[in-house]
Amino acid sequence: MEMEGASSSGSGGAAQPTLLPSRRSKVFYRFTQQNLPACKPALTPTLVITIFLLAGITFVPVGIICLRASESVEEHVLRYDTECIPEDYRSNRVAYIKDDSISKKCTLNIKLRNQMKAPIYVYYELDNYYQNHRRYVKSRSDKQLLYGLQYKDISSCKPVESSNRLPVVPCGLIAWSLFNDTFTFDVKARKLNVNRKNISWKSDRDHKFGNDVYPFNFQNDTLIGGGKLNQSIPLSEQEDLIVWMRVAALPNFRKLYGVIEEDLDADELLTIHLSNNYNTYSFGGKKKLVLTTSNWLGGKNNFLGLSYIATGCCSILVAIIFALIHVKFPRPHRDASYLHWNRKSSATSR
Amino acid sequence: MAPEQPLLISSPRYSDQPYDFSTINITPPATEPPPTSSSSSLHNPNRLLPTTANQSKPHLPPLPRRYSSRRSFNSSQKLSELNESNARFVYINDPTRSNSPYQHPSNSIHTTKYSLLTFLPKNLFEQFHRIAYIYFFILICINQIPQLGVLSPAASILPLAFVLSVTALKDAYEDYRRGLSDRSENSRLASIFSPTSFSFEYKPWNQIRVGELVRVAAEDPHIPCDLVLLCTSDPTGVAYVETINLDGESNLKTRYAKQETLAKPPETLSGSVICCEKPNRNIYGFHANLNDSISLGPANVVLRGCELKNTAWVVGVAVYTGKETKVMLNSSSAPSKRSRLETHMNRETILLAVGLFALCAITTVLGGAWLGRHKGGLDELPYYRKRDFSGKDVGKYEYYGIGWEIVFTFFMAVILFQVLIPIALYISMELVRLGQAFFMIQDDNMFDKERGKRFQCRALNINEDLGQIRYVFSDKTGTLTENKMEFRCASVGGQDYSGGAGAGEEEEGDGVSVIVEGKLCKPKMKVKTDPKLVDVLRNGKGTEEGDRAQNFFLALATCNTIVPIFAETSDPTEKLIDYQGESPDEQALVYAAAAYGFVLVERASGHIVVEVSGQRQRFDILGLHEFDSERKRMSVIVGFPDKTVKIFVKGADSSMFGVMEKTLNAKIIQATELHLKTYSSVGLRTLVIGMREMNRMEFEEWHSSYEKASTALFGRGSLLKAVAANIESNLSILGASGIEDKLQQGVPEAIESLRQAGIKVWVLTGDKQETAISIGYSCKLLTGEMIQIIINSNSKDSCKKSLEEALATTTKLASMPPAAETTATGLGAGRTLALIIDGKSLLYILETELEGELFKVATSCHVVLCCRVAPLQKAGIVALIKKRTDDMTLAIGDGANDVSMIQMADVGIGISGQEGRQAVMASDFAMGQFRFLVPLLLVHGHWNYQRMAYMILYNFYRNSIFVFVLFWYVLYTAFSLTTAITEWSSVLYSVIYTALPTIVIGILDKDLSRKTLLKYPQLYGSGQREERYNLKLFILTMMDSIWQSLAIFFIPYLAYRHSTVDGSSIGDLWTLAVVIMVNIHLGMDVFRWNWVTHVSIWGCIVATFICVIIIDVLPILPGFWAIFHVMATWVFWFCLAAILVAGMVPRFTMKAFSEFFFPRDIQVARELEKFGNINENRVSEVAMSTFSNNQQQSIL
Repeated sequence: MEMEGASSSGSGGAAQPTLLPSRRSKVFYRFTQQNLPACKPALTPTLVITIFLLAGITFVPVGIICLRASESVEEHVLRYDTECIPEDYRSNRVAYIKDDSISKKCTLNIKLRNQMKAPIYVYYELDNYYQNHRRYVKSRSDKQLLYGLQYKDISSCKPVESSNRLPVVPCGLIAWSLFNDTFTFDVKARKLNVNRKNISWKSDRDHKFGNDVYPFNFQNDTLIGGGKLNQSIPLSEQEDLIVWMRVAALPNFRKLYGVIEEDLDADELLTIHLSNNYNTYSFGGKKKLVLTTSNWLGGKNNFLGLSYIATGCCSILVAIIFALIHVKFPRPHRDASYLHWNRKSSATSR
Repeated sequence: MAPEQPLLISSPRYSDQPYDFSTINITPPATEPPPTSSSSSLHNPNRLLPTTANQSKPHLPPLPRRYSSRRSFNSSQKLSELNESNARFVYINDPTRSNSPYQHPSNSIHTTKYSLLTFLPKNLFEQFHRIAYIYFFILICINQIPQLGVLSPAASILPLAFVLSVTALKDAYEDYRRGLSDRSENSRLASIFSPTSFSFEYKPWNQIRVGELVRVAAEDPHIPCDLVLLCTSDPTGVAYVETINLDGESNLKTRYAKQETLAKPPETLSGSVICCEKPNRNIYGFHANLNDSISLGPANVVLRGCELKNTAWVVGVAVYTGKETKVMLNSSSAPSKRSRLETHMNRETILLAVGLFALCAITTVLGGAWLGRHKGGLDELPYYRKRDFSGKDVGKYEYYGIGWEIVFTFFMAVILFQVLIPIALYISMELVRLGQAFFMIQDDNMFDKERGKRFQCRALNINEDLGQIRYVFSDKTGTLTENKMEFRCASVGGQDYSGGAGAGEEEEGDGVSVIVEGKLCKPKMKVKTDPKLVDVLRNGKGTEEGDRAQNFFLALATCNTIVPIFAETSDPTEKLIDYQGESPDEQALVYAAAAYGFVLVERASGHIVVEVSGQRQRFDILGLHEFDSERKRMSVIVGFPDKTVKIFVKGADSSMFGVMEKTLNAKIIQATELHLKTYSSVGLRTLVIGMREMNRMEFEEWHSSYEKASTALFGRGSLLKAVAANIESNLSILGASGIEDKLQQGVPEAIESLRQAGIKVWVLTGDKQETAISIGYSCKLLTGEMIQIIINSNSKDSCKKSLEEALATTTKLASMPPAAETTATGLGAGRTLALIIDGKSLLYILETELEGELFKVATSCHVVLCCRVAPLQKAGIVALIKKRTDDMTLAIGDGANDVSMIQMADVGIGISGQEGRQAVMASDFAMGQFRFLVPLLLVHGHWNYQRMAYMILYNFYRNSIFVFVLFWYVLYTAFSLTTAITEWSSVLYSVIYTALPTIVIGILDKDLSRKTLLKYPQLYGSGQREERYNLKLFILTMMDSIWQSLAIFFIPYLAYRHSTVDGSSIGDLWTLAVVIMVNIHLGMDVFRWNWVTHVSIWGCIVATFICVIIIDVLPILPGFWAIFHVMATWVFWFCLAAILVAGMVPRFTMKAFSEFFFPRDIQVARELEKFGNINENRVSEVAMSTFSNNQQQSIL
């Protein structure tokens, strides 16, 4: 849009401020007569073509940069919920996961394609898991997380606000369904150190989860939803819980498990020992393990780059079409004969 | 206006007996009236004088008795018997008895609507008259049901509470101001007769009770309540009042105390009873009697709101107090109409409701299917879990079976998506209209400098209708013309004396002056005199010609209800005579008579004093027959100093020639008729004057019947009319007068502009056909090239015939090839038609089957002139158009006779001119002059329409885009109606995030400058064609909003898929994206960016950021700190940029393409305005149009 501030102070009104008392300021007078100075952007063909070209020219390269950035990210995704089921339970996975007597330990291998530079982020990814379901999202008490047992009104935590007539800390469905698969990594028969500190937001640890609030009466019921918590550690240090409580926006989401703080070489074989405890079988949810490096744009995602390139190309295309039509069928700009009554009379006069 | 000294020169009491013919014949002419002889008759001089304050012009039918079409009052003219059930008994000076058994209200007034206690319920009740509010209220209630609680109670109530409280605050403030004025009004002091102390004591107004005696003196001339006059300071019982607050007329009205009560001290009347009608709204009617014997009429009451003038004091008995006073009963609020745009908006609102239902239905069906699919495993789902252990027993957690869940889902969806119907739109529209009204009022181009009057907005909800008018119905007198009558020429005795009009060099009637109380008095208005006529008057004494002229001017001076008032001038020895009267025609005639040496000096209740060529003469007014619309004439019976009695009659020619004695005056009549034709052809208003000498028998006969008629309790009006018709016969013609009604400034130009704008101007006037046509020419409504179709028929059949002929003419003209024209005036295709139709024909046409044909003829004519139409016919014509087309109509008028038309039309405009304020009171807008119609319609109307149309579409768009973003998200939450956008953001969205810019744009944005709009009146067509708001635009806007919502939702969705993003972060992104998108969208459509626009648009985006941040720094909300985390990432900013560009591309492309390749007039005009015209000089011969223009076709 064209902004020519100087070119056009309200050119309209013929009114003269003669009859008005002089004390009324000129600005106010112009305001009341709707004559404030203003700029009138006009879409001239040149301007339109320029805008589209400009948009195209900036968007395409940005898109390419984004794509490159995304390409540079090394990412390994390993779906393990299907792998880690013993052969004889393949047909009845739910029974397997519900049976506490069966060991849930499982070992998988990944062969790295390329070198992965530290920090390497370890995520677990859940699919078809509606953490954003209305009943689920609501079932928490932020005040209890901060103040602990002092805070009594936890009706928002239904249906998991108390068990055995004692309040649950942390209450609510979200905490109750805490993800409890665990992962350890071996490389070359050496255990990789996975840093599980600082995986949650600092703001959450400091201000949202009380540092003197300890788990209480948690997972003490007949129906156990997921992970248990160490009762001697305050909530502000239960980072798995804090991460889990940041409810995901979409039904397939990742959550940070830990960070491997050393480089891994290409072609290296990574052995993963995991305990497959979390029940996603009953609703067909997928569980994946993700190892990925990161860059300025975040993780691997080609979409942004592609969308930029597409938008840019569209803009350039529109600019070209517009220019072509303009050349082929020019309409003289600022031509009074285009007012329809002038056209009518010129049509009849012929 | 208000001379210090008494108006009336003290004169002997007027006798109570009939004119004594015996003395006439015997005694020589005497200056004193005959001595009073004993008389038993109840003759009362009051009845000789005008009894109603009918202020309509003599030419026109009287004002409608119906004040308003909405609430009609029973006309008290039809004298229904006053009996126990419909009468009020007022015992003079006995308030206790007067107030039993019924307690009449006290005299305190409460114009306030609310008290502290009732404010909340009453105001809420009024506000909930809006159906939309009830809808939102029901949704709030539903939301409070625990199972359906989508929003927290506070968040759900906030939007409606905000809207309601803004309106409530506005109402409260207005009411407070009213309360203050009430209080000061109620605490004013009035002097009340106290029966205990037997004297008048001061009491506050609000303590006056019915039956009390009230004394109003000149020091505080305000009348505290409706009083029946008992006596006044004037010995004849006359009191003068100014009724400007009541009906806006600034002239003085005379009121009378009854002869019977006049003489006695008021306290002696104690125990007398006034039986009067129940309180009603008719300010021109009052019907009562005193002690069952003396009848009281409207001339005997003074009403609250009036002011006493030229009268030292009056004493009256309070009959109606407080809210029962006529002024209070008449204080109607401004009319409430609904604008065309709003009606259309409601249509689209219904479409949106259907859309809302569809969205909810989709959600419900999908949600139901999802539940059905997971039916077995609901307990296993960690994010659903319907089993609840927390209670004593294992129960189900808020799960009532799939059926109920589906029902709940539906209602929750309704609550969540409710904003699809924009709640804030209603309040925004109100605010925008307020702002628009402010600018209309402030506009200096609509400021009447002469009267110092600004434009008035009385109705606040039809501003935008001003931009869509197709028909303007205009009154003539006072609207197109100034209604300042000037005497121009006279035809006396078949001689035309119009020299004064033509020869301007003539010495003006400077010599005319009279001496009253030692001071020189001159008439206020000078009239040019015709030297020939002056000569005749001066030298023709005794000749027939001279006598006729003498009588002619005597008739002008006497046959009226004018009151002379002496006004001070700067010169202490000089005074001006100001003739005050109800009709401007009469004023002009009296001034004319004065100029010719017949100066009306005094009017008392029974006589007038006229100075005839320096000699003061007293004429007794023995009887007066008022003007009425059936007779169309008035008459006075005058007792001359030489004891002869004459009747002077003046009236419209049509009615006067019928009562002339034709045989004697055939020649004169013929000549006069000829003169009348010439007068009216130059646009003069004509009156014919006649007289007859009455002999004794005739007089006595008349007198007795007049007595009978005027004392009759029932049917007085019609009896008086009959008496008048009887006596007004066999008149000899004196002559005729021509009065000029000057065109207002700028009328021809205004009409031309309106015509170019595609507005049809119809003139509806009560004037004669010739006058109407000549005014039509002088205001350029009619031109020489036009073919006139004139319909004035006397029967239905001839009406039908002339209509058929007219129809044939129009079709013939339409089928004529346009090639026939050679002259291209630039105005469009050549020969045009003008229809001139008179009231009589309309009588046969309106509301019969001929209406349709009239409509066809009238709409194919370019100009329509209706003459001799009655007020109700004016409304009928407006109704004719309103019924048969969708076109918007506007009626403009100034007088009471235009009220019905003003109320009938879509937009009613009152001219606050000479003729009182009834038209203004009934109108939606009021202004000083006709020519202001051009800036009002072409500039403000255009702007208002463009702004409001855009604002409505934008509000629909703005809310639907938000709802669609919510909806897309719901598809990814197992249809459980979760929102990622925090509920506070969704509540604040329409209240804070996006509210201000649309209001500011709606008030301030101008698509074209005033100059351009006035230069090309055709641009007005955009509103008439509904270019800026129609179904097509609505659908396009909705499609645009869907596309943009897709961009807003899916770009982040795809970018953040398989990431750790949490709901709050992406929610914040969506919130900001929607708000920025919506504001940029608005910014793209802004025509003029001034600093207010900049502040509001950018300010709103900043405010949104601030609000989102505030919401995210509250640790108790789940989204704590999310905004900071998400803003720290590049993806956020990349997404935002991609959303904005991708979202805007289609709209911007469409806009650029359509503006460039299919430009609307407005677009072309905007380019012209900005860059100037490239081919200023070769406008007409442009080679053009490789592409035909589809939009323009539809116009034609």
